[in-house]
Formats: sequence, structure tokens, C-alpha cells
Amino acid sequence: MSDQATLEVRNLQTHFFTKAGVVKAVNDVSFSVGKGKILGLVGESGSGKTVTGFSILGLVDEPGRVVGGEILYRGENLVGASQERMRQLRGNNVAMIFQDPMMTLNPVLRIDTQMIEAIKAHHKVTDDEARQRARDALGQVGIPSPDERLKSYPHQFSGGMRQRVAIAIALLNKPDLIVADEPTTALDVTIQGQILYEVQKLCAETGTAMIWITHDLSVVAGLADEVAVMYAGRVVEAGKVDDVLDAPMHPYTAGLIGSVPSRNARGKRLHQIPGMTPSLLNLPEGCAFAARCNYATAACEQPPALENAAGARQIRCHHPLVAEAV
Amino acid sequence: MTVFVIRRLLQAALVMIIMSLLVFGGVFLVGDPVEMLVADDADQAERQAIIKSMGLDLPFYMQYLRFIGNALQGDMGNSFVFQEPAMELILERMPATFELAIAALLIAVVIGIPLGIYAGLKADSWMSKTIMTASILGFSVPTFWVGIMMILFFAVILGWLPSTGRGDTVELFGIPVSFLTLDGLQHLILPAVNLALFKLSMVIRLARAGTREVVHQDYIKFARAKGLSTGRIIGVHLFKNIMIPVVTVLGLEFGGLIAFSVVTETVFAWPGMGKLLIDSIGFLDRPVIVAYLLFVVGLFVFINLVVDVLYSVLDPRVRLQEVKS
Repeated sequence: MSDQATLEVRNLQTHFFTKAGVVKAVNDVSFSVGKGKILGLVGESGSGKTVTGFSILGLVDEPGRVVGGEILYRGENLVGASQERMRQLRGNNVAMIFQDPMMTLNPVLRIDTQMIEAIKAHHKVTDDEARQRARDALGQVGIPSPDERLKSYPHQFSGGMRQRVAIAIALLNKPDLIVADEPTTALDVTIQGQILYEVQKLCAETGTAMIWITHDLSVVAGLADEVAVMYAGRVVEAGKVDDVLDAPMHPYTAGLIGSVPSRNARGKRLHQIPGMTPSLLNLPEGCAFAARCNYATAACEQPPALENAAGARQIRCHHPLVAEAV
Repeated sequence: MTVFVIRRLLQAALVMIIMSLLVFGGVFLVGDPVEMLVADDADQAERQAIIKSMGLDLPFYMQYLRFIGNALQGDMGNSFVFQEPAMELILERMPATFELAIAALLIAVVIGIPLGIYAGLKADSWMSKTIMTASILGFSVPTFWVGIMMILFFAVILGWLPSTGRGDTVELFGIPVSFLTLDGLQHLILPAVNLALFKLSMVIRLARAGTREVVHQDYIKFARAKGLSTGRIIGVHLFKNIMIPVVTVLGLEFGGLIAFSVVTETVFAWPGMGKLLIDSIGFLDRPVIVAYLLFVVGLFVFINLVVDVLYSVLDPRVRLQEVKS
């Protein structure tokens, strides 16, 4: 990462203006991801990780709005960019893969239609050239006999195959950045393994930067270079994946890691973090995690700032854990 | 596919037989056509001769069997009033009704779908609310009243458009049509709009409901994530999905348009099948009534079949062989 990061998000704030009040889904999130790197964005449901992904592509729907911060794609701020500029970038420079492969492909359009239109939206090519590229992309993600499969409809594919098609569509225009929103959550573990392997290989080969949104720490451990842990719309801890997972400094990260069932603890009660995530409508003044935290003190009524810690890590906590505390 | 069509045709035959029995029995019960047909000063002998010549002296089941026997040979009987084959009378008037129904359907689709999509995409705008309120009116105000009001405004007060008949017609493939002459087109506008209003309201509501459902689907967001233009997303990704329910309902309703053009044709004196039916009911002209109703039933069955086939073209997930019920 000697040169400019592919994507740098600074203090991003995305709020939803509902009738019940302002939902601060993303509330001061910062991270960056460089060429060929994979960033794992980890958090529970409702922690704002998907909204962060949509914000990057400018796909936040009403009543949501990016209200603050910067999204720098190769130095260009995407917050406030025109609709047409965002359309040009989407699918061409920045692609996205969605969570549920059963829902992402249009059921009434053939695969070739859906792939060719994605190419022709950005490049002036003939149908034959576009078809050729679509076929190559299908082959690249390991779909057998891509020529025949191009003529199929989505319902003729299994879930895993559909997700491969979605990934192939994301790869079509060789984007610099792919935002993958839990793309393997809905799949079998064996299929998940294959797809993770292929994604990792592709990123290394093509230099594509990737943001991998997930709640599954084991996926992040095997796949990502860096990780950012989100809680209630904020990044609470970030750093190199091995550092963070081996020695979490934020009590929430430690709790997440502790919640993963492991073979060494067979027969024991599974660990869980007590309590629930706070309502994003009504966040507490101070640290959002304080109510569930064993280490919380009076100091936690003041909001902690995201501070740099040793080893290129960042932490948002008044009482960071020392390495041995896990 | 072939099996599917054959099965459908067999079902159709059964429906037609049941329908013929109901209609024949119903008209038999309603009244005696003889009173309408025999001159007031005819004596008993003349009366009996007419009754016998029409086969009205036979018991009900004999009359019915005789009718079925003839019908199977393609003879639906002669009109009591016109002394012409009933089917010929109907077919003569069919082009006028079809022209009216197709014009109404086109109006409903061409205006209704864009309005419905707009109302679905911008559900909270005042324009959408106006469209939806107007569609409720279209549903609930009776066709004949709207027809009369249209005549009052556009024909009587403003004098812009004619209110009765088909106007000039030209032959297209041997069928007389109105829409190719200026005069005919002017005659077509009011009745076609009148007949379209109900369907238009329905298309708007269907398109809006479909749009509201489809627009939140992941595949629309994914299409946006691919960087497609808004035009392509709405015109292809959304449109093809909302057309599935619209085509189904419209196909079925096309039969309805033809059957219920009765009211519009009567109001605008449009010389179609519907007007023939109303006149025939007035005269208790049983062969024409029965032939008309059987014709309409046949039409419904045929249209249903076409819709099923069309549906499988629009929605690749539907395979006709799987329809086993």
C-alpha cells in the first residue's frame, strides 16, 4: 500500500430518516483497502455493515442518506457525486455481490442477457464480443460448459451456481473494487470453501481490492488481510487480521471470538455476549457497547474515540484489553 | 405441450355441453317466443303451423337433443326473427365487437401500464395519488352512466365526436373495419374509451402493485449495481416481471371485454354482437341467444388457452407439461 489506496472511507455517516426518528445505521466509519487486498468487515446483524457497502456504491434507498464523511475511490470523493457518475462507476469500477444468490438474478431474463447488458452498459462492444467475454467470465468462476449455460435461466441453476454467476457478473468489467455482502452465507460449507478459494485467487491475480462483509469470523480468518469490526454503526476495532483475531483489544471483538463454537470446548456451555445490540434509533451517549461490557466503568459514559494502537491497529475503547486477556 | 392442449380442448368440450344445457333450459323457462313472432290476427291453425315449424311443440328434452344434434353438425338453428342462421348473424357482427374490444384493450395497456409503473415508483407523489383516485372512480362508476355522460359532453355539448354507429368502414382482408377511415376512427373513440375505462383502472392497479413489489427485489438492486441505466432497469428488468400478472388478467379480461361490450354497444348503438344479444333477448330469439352464449364460452376457453401459452413464454419458470390439474 505504498501508493494510494483503492478505496478510503473517512468518517462515513449514513442515516435513515424514518417516521420513528433518525436511524444512525452507519455512524462514523473509517477504513481503507488497497490494491489486491481483502478487508473483512465484521459485525452482527444491524451493525451497519451492509449499509456501509450500499453507501460505497451509492445504492442507499430512501429514506436513507449519506449525511457525512468521504468515500474516496482512487482519490475521487463519491459522496455527492452525480447519479450519472455513480452509474458509470457501478459495475465497471466498483462491483457488488449480494447475500442471497436466489434473489440477485432476474428470474425472467436469460443469463446471457443479464451478463451482456452489464458489459454494454459500460463499453461500446458488439453483442458477439460481449458474449465472448461473458462466456470467459463464467469459465473463470468454474461453471462447466459456459456456452450452454449462457442460454439458461436463473432457475435452472443451483444456489451455488447462481452465486458463481453473480460473481462472474461482478468480474465482467474487471473492477478495481468488489464489495461482497455475505456472498457465501446462504451456501453450503463445501461450496463456500470453493468460492472463497476462487475469490482469493482472483484478487491476487487481478489486483482487485475487496471488501468482504460477513458475520462469520472463520471466513475472515482464512480470507482477509485486514479486518474492521463494526458495532452499532461504528468501527470499534481494526487491524491486520491475525493481530486482531489472535489478540483482540476491544471487549466486543473478544466476545465475538469467544462466541465461535470450538472443538477444544466440547461439552461446555457456549459462550455468549450478554444483552442485545442497542436500538440505532436511540443510541446511548457514551460507548454503545458499555451496557453489555464486563469492563465498563463510569468513563464509558463518554464516547470513546477511534485511536491508533501499536502495530497499525485502531481501537475505540476506554479500557482496551491487553494481549493476554483472552 | 400437445398433451396440454388436447387436455384443454377436452375440458372445453365438457364446459360447452354443460353451458348449452344451462342456457337452453334458462331461455326455455323465460318465456314463449311464439307470442312475439305470431301476428296478432293469426288464427289458431296458423299459430300451430308456426309452432310446429319451429319445433316448439316438442317436450324440452326433445328440443334440446334436436338442438345438440344440429349443433354438432355446425347448425346452431335459424333466428326466429331474421330467419337466418344464428351463427351467421353473430359472425357478421363479430368484427365490430372485436374492433371495439381490441381498441379498448390497447387504450387500457398503452395508458395503464406507464401510469401504473409511475404510481408504483413514486408512490408518495401527488400525481400518483391522483392516478390512484381516478382509478377508483374508473372501477366504481357504472359504464353506462359514463357512456351517457361522454355522449353528453363530447357529442352533444362540444360536438367534437359522433355518438352512434361505426361510421365509414373499409374492408381489410375482407373484414369491414372502422379505424382506417377518419370518420370511422372518430366513431370508435368514444365507445372504445368508455369500454376501456374499467380495464384501464385495473391495469393501473395491477401495474402499480407489481411495480411496488418488484422494485424492492434484490435483482433490481443488483441491476443497479451493474450500472445499468434507469431506462433499462424499468423497461426490461421491471417491465418483464410486472407483465406476468398483467398478461394473465388481461387475457382473461379480453373475453370479458367482448362479453360485456353489451352495455357499451347498446349505449353507443355500436352494431356488434352485444347489441344483437340485447335485441335477441327482447324478442326471445332463442337460437341467437344460445348461439351467442356458446360462442362466448368458446371464446373464453380459447383465450384461456392462449394466455397459458403466452404465460409460459413470459415466465420461463412455467412449464406447461407440469399443469396437471
